[in-house]
Amino acid sequence: MALTESDVEKIAHLARLSVTERERAEVTARLTSILGMVDRLQAVDTAGVEPLAHPLDATQPLRADLVTETDRRDDYQRVAPAVENGLFLVPKVIE
Amino acid sequence: MHRQTLAALSRGLAERRHSSVELTRHFLDRIAAHDPGLNSFITVTTESALTSAAEADKRRSAGEAGPLLGLPLAHKDIFCTTGVRTSCGSRMLDNFVSPYESAVTARLAAAGMVMLGKTNMDEFAMGSSNETSFYGPVKNPWDTTRVPGGSSGGSAAAVAARLAPAATGTDTGGSIRQPAALCNLTGIKPTYGRVSRWGMIAYASSLDQGGPMAQTAEDCALLLSAMSGHDPRDSTSLAEPVPDYTATLGDGLQGLRIGLPKQFFGAGLDAGTERCVREAIAVLEKLGARVIDVDLPNLDLSVPAYYVIAPAEASSNLSRYDGVRFGHRCANPQDLTDLYERSRSEGFGAEVKRRILVGTYALSAGYYDAYYLKAQQVRRLIRDDFVRAFRDVDVIAGPVSPTTAFRLGEKTSDPLAMYLADIYTLAVNLAGVPGMSVPCGFDGGLPVGLQLIGNYFSEGKLLNVAHRYQQETGWHTRIPEAYA
Repeated sequence: MALTESDVEKIAHLARLSVTERERAEVTARLTSILGMVDRLQAVDTAGVEPLAHPLDATQPLRADLVTETDRRDDYQRVAPAVENGLFLVPKVIE
Repeated sequence: MHRQTLAALSRGLAERRHSSVELTRHFLDRIAAHDPGLNSFITVTTESALTSAAEADKRRSAGEAGPLLGLPLAHKDIFCTTGVRTSCGSRMLDNFVSPYESAVTARLAAAGMVMLGKTNMDEFAMGSSNETSFYGPVKNPWDTTRVPGGSSGGSAAAVAARLAPAATGTDTGGSIRQPAALCNLTGIKPTYGRVSRWGMIAYASSLDQGGPMAQTAEDCALLLSAMSGHDPRDSTSLAEPVPDYTATLGDGLQGLRIGLPKQFFGAGLDAGTERCVREAIAVLEKLGARVIDVDLPNLDLSVPAYYVIAPAEASSNLSRYDGVRFGHRCANPQDLTDLYERSRSEGFGAEVKRRILVGTYALSAGYYDAYYLKAQQVRRLIRDDFVRAFRDVDVIAGPVSPTTAFRLGEKTSDPLAMYLADIYTLAVNLAGVPGMSVPCGFDGGLPVGLQLIGNYFSEGKLLNVAHRYQQETGWHTRIPEAYA
């Protein structure tokens, strides 16, 4: 199906990506051509076919509810763009 | 020394003909001399390589004798390595120094292997030509005006030019096999779940699988034996026992049943590539194999199914890059939405954004059933085709890529043409079965790969078939002249 530029704007917002006005026409055309190729799936008869999420149909293993992780906050925050007193800093959210 | 396989270098270490430090220095010197023309490395870890090599030599003096102890290799920059930048080919992670070590690199390090550096790749492993990397394209050592394939293009080029004797790769839709084919290497994508994904940066989690890229099937067997095994930190890791893949390499091929799907030899396959692949199958027949026609009727649906499922999983996996906890952050964000949107838009390249948008659309309300569920249903049909085929045959053979290496820039303006060229590799990931690429000839001076596909957990059989083929042929021993 053909996407409109406003569809692309909506999808981009859902994905938290910004598509500039300059890029919008090209991105719309590219996505439309990809979705056009993908649309071949619609013609396939899949009535009664179970969707396959894991190639071996494996289920998620369970483990005992025990603490296995050690506290490595400082290591992990060393790669963060902005931290203070062990907290991640973001722009003010609540006025 | 660089003309030798891992197995030969390993014997040299055991017989004290060279030390790990000497080997490591030799390959580091080759990287310094040749990589500026290839761009196959993002990071070269000179100092830590020499330290690990000295450590390996010490372990050997103390009486240790593992087959991989002291052998150098390169890692695709998708594997997290403690204290070393792990970029995944993206501006988003250009500043990311990993605080932890991936399962694959940890296992190989424990076996005594020495990391030479981190190799270039398509951004977040999304691409088939290594042209989407933030660090620029990689050149194919066989012809530097051509692509090495992707996404493990840096690993492929580095080993093809013998800047490293072997490398790790990952394969979500062909990213080990296709660059191996285009660069004359032997590479294997194991059964889904065979190799732990822990610490391997996620692209499409139900398809991603790590594996080795090397000069021979024997070298792949050595590496895969060490890389494989259950890991409780990866919930999809399988508890199946890991055989010693080197033990069965020499098994006879008498009575081996090879399936040829007609879908692998139809329109779109280059005549020169087809000739090489058919000649390789004839060699296997001479070794006692029997050829049987098989049908993979849904193979052509693997492209649309893959390009729904992989982007859908990618859009979810890549939502973690938010500019808050790690990775790129934009300057002076106005508010939280601006922080997310600008950090992500600046950090990701065009192909990654495209796949995130396709995936977001496929998962969004009103389209989920029509796209994502439908693709998963078709995925089962594709998987069932393989299950059915493997009732009659032991391995399936065909081409890896419809053509030899294409020119840099040739397909960048048309992403769809690039997607369609993945036709012979995508189904293997969707089904989760193992597949490998084996050098099987040259067309116009460029290498061609034979693809061998096996049933679940039949890595040993694939490596056995490839090894016997390599005992009869010399294609895999060829090195591009400029790097000999």
